[in-house]
Amino acid sequence: MSARLARQKGEWVNRASTIKFSFEGKEFSGFEGDSITSALWASGEQVLGRSFKYHRPRGILSLANHDINVMVTDGMDTNIRGDVVPVAAGMALAAVNTDGGVKKDRSRLIDSISPLLPVGFYYKAFHTPKKMFPFWENIIRKAAGLGVVNFNYPRILKRKLHAHCDVLVIGGGATGLSAAYEAGKSGLRVVLVDENAQLGGSLGFDWGGSQESANLLQELLAKLESLPNVSLIAGAYAAGYYPDHLIPVVTREGITKVRAGSVIMASGAFEQPPVFRNNDIPGVMLGSAAQRLLHRYSVKPFSNGVVFTANDYGYRVAQDLLEAGIKLAAVVDLRSDAKDGPLAAQLARRGVKTIAGSCIYEVQANADKTGVKSVTVTEYDEKTNEALTRDKVTLECDGVAMCAGWAPAANLLYQAGTAMRYDYGVHQFVPNRLPAGIFAAGRVNGVYELAQKVQDGARAAAQALLHIGLDVPELPSVQPSTRAQSHAYPIVPHPKGKNFVDFDEDIQVKDFINAAKEGFDNIELMKRFTTVGMGPSQGKHSNMNAIRILARVRGVPVEQIGTTTSRPFFHPTPIGHLGGRGFHPHRLTPLHDVNHKLGAVFTDVGAWKRAAYYKVAGLGVADTVLAEVEAVRTKAGIIDSSSFGKIEVHGPDAALFLERFFTGNYISQAVGSSRYTMLLDESGVVVDDGLAHRLAEDLFYLSSGTSNAAAVYREMQRWQQIWQLDIGLVNVTGAYAAINVAGPLARQVLSGLVNISLDDSALPAQSIRETEIAGVPVRLIRVAFVSDSTYELHIPTPQAAFVWERVMGAGQALGLKPFGTDAQRLLRLEMGHAMPGIDTDGLTNPYEINAQHAIGMDKPDFIGKRSLQIIAKRPVKKTLVAFALEAGYAGEMPFECNLVIRQGEIEGRVTSIAYSGTIGRVIGFAYVAPEHSALGSRFQIRADSGALVNATVVSSQFLAMQK
Amino acid sequence: MKLLTCPVNGTRPLSEFVFGGEYRVPPAADCSDKVWADYVHNRHGAPGIKQEWWYHAPSGTWFIAERNTLTDQVIRTFLKGQEGKQ
Repeated sequence: MSARLARQKGEWVNRASTIKFSFEGKEFSGFEGDSITSALWASGEQVLGRSFKYHRPRGILSLANHDINVMVTDGMDTNIRGDVVPVAAGMALAAVNTDGGVKKDRSRLIDSISPLLPVGFYYKAFHTPKKMFPFWENIIRKAAGLGVVNFNYPRILKRKLHAHCDVLVIGGGATGLSAAYEAGKSGLRVVLVDENAQLGGSLGFDWGGSQESANLLQELLAKLESLPNVSLIAGAYAAGYYPDHLIPVVTREGITKVRAGSVIMASGAFEQPPVFRNNDIPGVMLGSAAQRLLHRYSVKPFSNGVVFTANDYGYRVAQDLLEAGIKLAAVVDLRSDAKDGPLAAQLARRGVKTIAGSCIYEVQANADKTGVKSVTVTEYDEKTNEALTRDKVTLECDGVAMCAGWAPAANLLYQAGTAMRYDYGVHQFVPNRLPAGIFAAGRVNGVYELAQKVQDGARAAAQALLHIGLDVPELPSVQPSTRAQSHAYPIVPHPKGKNFVDFDEDIQVKDFINAAKEGFDNIELMKRFTTVGMGPSQGKHSNMNAIRILARVRGVPVEQIGTTTSRPFFHPTPIGHLGGRGFHPHRLTPLHDVNHKLGAVFTDVGAWKRAAYYKVAGLGVADTVLAEVEAVRTKAGIIDSSSFGKIEVHGPDAALFLERFFTGNYISQAVGSSRYTMLLDESGVVVDDGLAHRLAEDLFYLSSGTSNAAAVYREMQRWQQIWQLDIGLVNVTGAYAAINVAGPLARQVLSGLVNISLDDSALPAQSIRETEIAGVPVRLIRVAFVSDSTYELHIPTPQAAFVWERVMGAGQALGLKPFGTDAQRLLRLEMGHAMPGIDTDGLTNPYEINAQHAIGMDKPDFIGKRSLQIIAKRPVKKTLVAFALEAGYAGEMPFECNLVIRQGEIEGRVTSIAYSGTIGRVIGFAYVAPEHSALGSRFQIRADSGALVNATVVSSQFLAMQK
Repeated sequence: MKLLTCPVNGTRPLSEFVFGGEYRVPPAADCSDKVWADYVHNRHGAPGIKQEWWYHAPSGTWFIAERNTLTDQVIRTFLKGQEGKQ
């Protein structure tokens, strides 16, 4: 049976294009432009889904993009929203959350035992005994809930875009279109987004029996067409509000993050259902849902209906239903004063009687519970909010349109920090104090009358333009409607219940009353106990009634109840939209390709990819690393150190800057020499170390470890801001590559490449020379980090690979081997170098790591000096010592951070530990009590299993222990 | 995402900035140990208008932002030493 009406002006469906699809195994057809829901309803299908908890049959409620009871799956996607997603050819759909199909859902039995399942039942019944909970949880999760996730779902990447505009208008109804036009006249960039497939908002469906709305829509759209600077985007919803007017706009294609100069919220209002027994039977729907069916899709909501209203809106709905040729058994008006009003008189002229001061007490379902058979109408006492059941009238009908009022679609306004107030004229929450740059207009602002909405939109636009600095005249403010658009308490109690407040979560009136009795009488607590507003529609149709009920239970005005927090996203949004592509930048050294060709396995060090080791066929990782170490100790190794921090300090005050920044002395440093640098923070904690190479009186070249380099450079810039010395800081980390050549044959490898002498006398330890390799200028530094004989080459980045190849060529016959960071870590440990950040933590002072030699306390000042003066007066609490396990130790290997234990008490911890093949012992660093730090002292390390491992304090000159 | 105005480079998204802690003037070096320890270790968590160090990372610019930490509103930003200049 088709419920499709004859073609009419403004309908969204394209009758030239028929679309065939199936639902629950049955073939259907609809038109292009139909939603899944409208196509099914047009074909006479009314049971479109099953409710979350009781598995009751459900049809259309709002058709306003939050009908959570109509969610379907195509086997791949789940929880497809029937009222939002357009029907497409070949779709094979089924309702979610059924056991055996939507018609014969076996779980429907839950409905008949629902009196045994009061609110909070699950919390109380299943939480003990604890070990049974997983069993019950499994059953409950299967019975209650939404769709099933397909774990074979492909990874779909949605694009993310950024957009900027001067004025963003949210909502494309009369108010929003008017605002966009007014703002657009300025010539500025205006963007309007609307979540519906077509623009117009209520202009497109709320006609009240006249053409006024439809004509105004045409007029506004035509005016806007003349403004090329205004873009109107339908099918796009504003998903949340983020600081400084950043609004993610979601479409099916992905998310666009819109940054706006000012924002106009013309988001309208959600129609709220009156609450009465069986208000959820298919065929009972909101008045606006009936209008949407009629005017968007040209589909009859029912053939012979009843309008149950508690405001004037119901009469507009009644007029539209009559215009479409639908019979009306009656209009039932909750308000006693509606009896002789002009609206009732208008309907009387069309032969429809108004039953005022009355309510629908209950709805009777038809025999197979797929629709409405009749409704029972009784008088309603507006003072006591009770149905007076002494006289019942039964009206035969096949559907009900419900109109009880509205709740502002103020979600984004709340997120932006708007303070709302309850207006007793319009009987709705309206904005009281808006954040800067945000303006609300139209229904969300309590303004309902058509001409006033247009005015309010223009007023908001003028304010938005003023906010971004345009000189436009302010327009007069528009006051909220003085006639109540919502009923203060459209709730009809019924001893048998099933009068639903929240259709997402199957919550009835008595559930709220019980929750309050149990002490959950704060709106946030009540939300959590009853789960009201926690379903996929997030309370869009239920929060307002919940607030009204709670206010009534507690006997306080609604504004004292407040509202729950409204969070992004505004509508259910696919995870793929949110995940999308990640952006994790990393840095490659100039020698990355060279390393790759040599078989490097890379590791992350800070933002850098560094070679951890170079793969050797047939060799495990540990042995590969030991072989790399052995090459350095017996012949020569080469490592790409390009990720080291490299900073130049230029200028007459360069040495002074270093003196203040680091702990050591640099004014006396000779040109061509290198000195150790240690950085403290103001509290005297060791932050970083490195080397300062003096290239000229007024030029220092600083090098430091990889991971701290960016932070140290940042600190230099900050202190320079404070000190204002005559220097320039240049971060040349990326401008220079660095290569270390280390080992007993290192000098031999390089001697043929450079034209300077590498003798100890000409180039002693801790010195720097500027020279050339094959015409490439090179800074050659003699360091002793991984071996006594190490040469660091700093090369302009473009020539790095060229020089590397030259050095490799020169070393080939000498057994030169590349080594990675794993070997480097072990090599530096063997050399006895403690490293800040590894062997120190956020509390370590220099005295605890025996770094007194690096501190120039005689200097006028340096960062941390004042704190060191205080620290120096106190006894040292812990001392970093070098240690070795017994020779030949073969027990459980301790790790970094294992504790040092003495007589059952924690004394310290291990900071570095590794097996050294060179020495043939396990060596490391650990903190111990100062009185146990003397050479030869013994201590115990508690390994992961709890076993205590003996260790001995040794000299940090580990290599002296070599066999 | 918030926007922040670098006094040199103008208004940029917060992701380009690094927070550098509250801006505090150290006591004179000859202060008592107690005063110095208080400066080094203690911070005021109470919300209100604070001066904070911010760093615009792409350009390497440190500046000071005066921010109401209760409302998260930035009142003004300026380079150190130029607070009085317009």
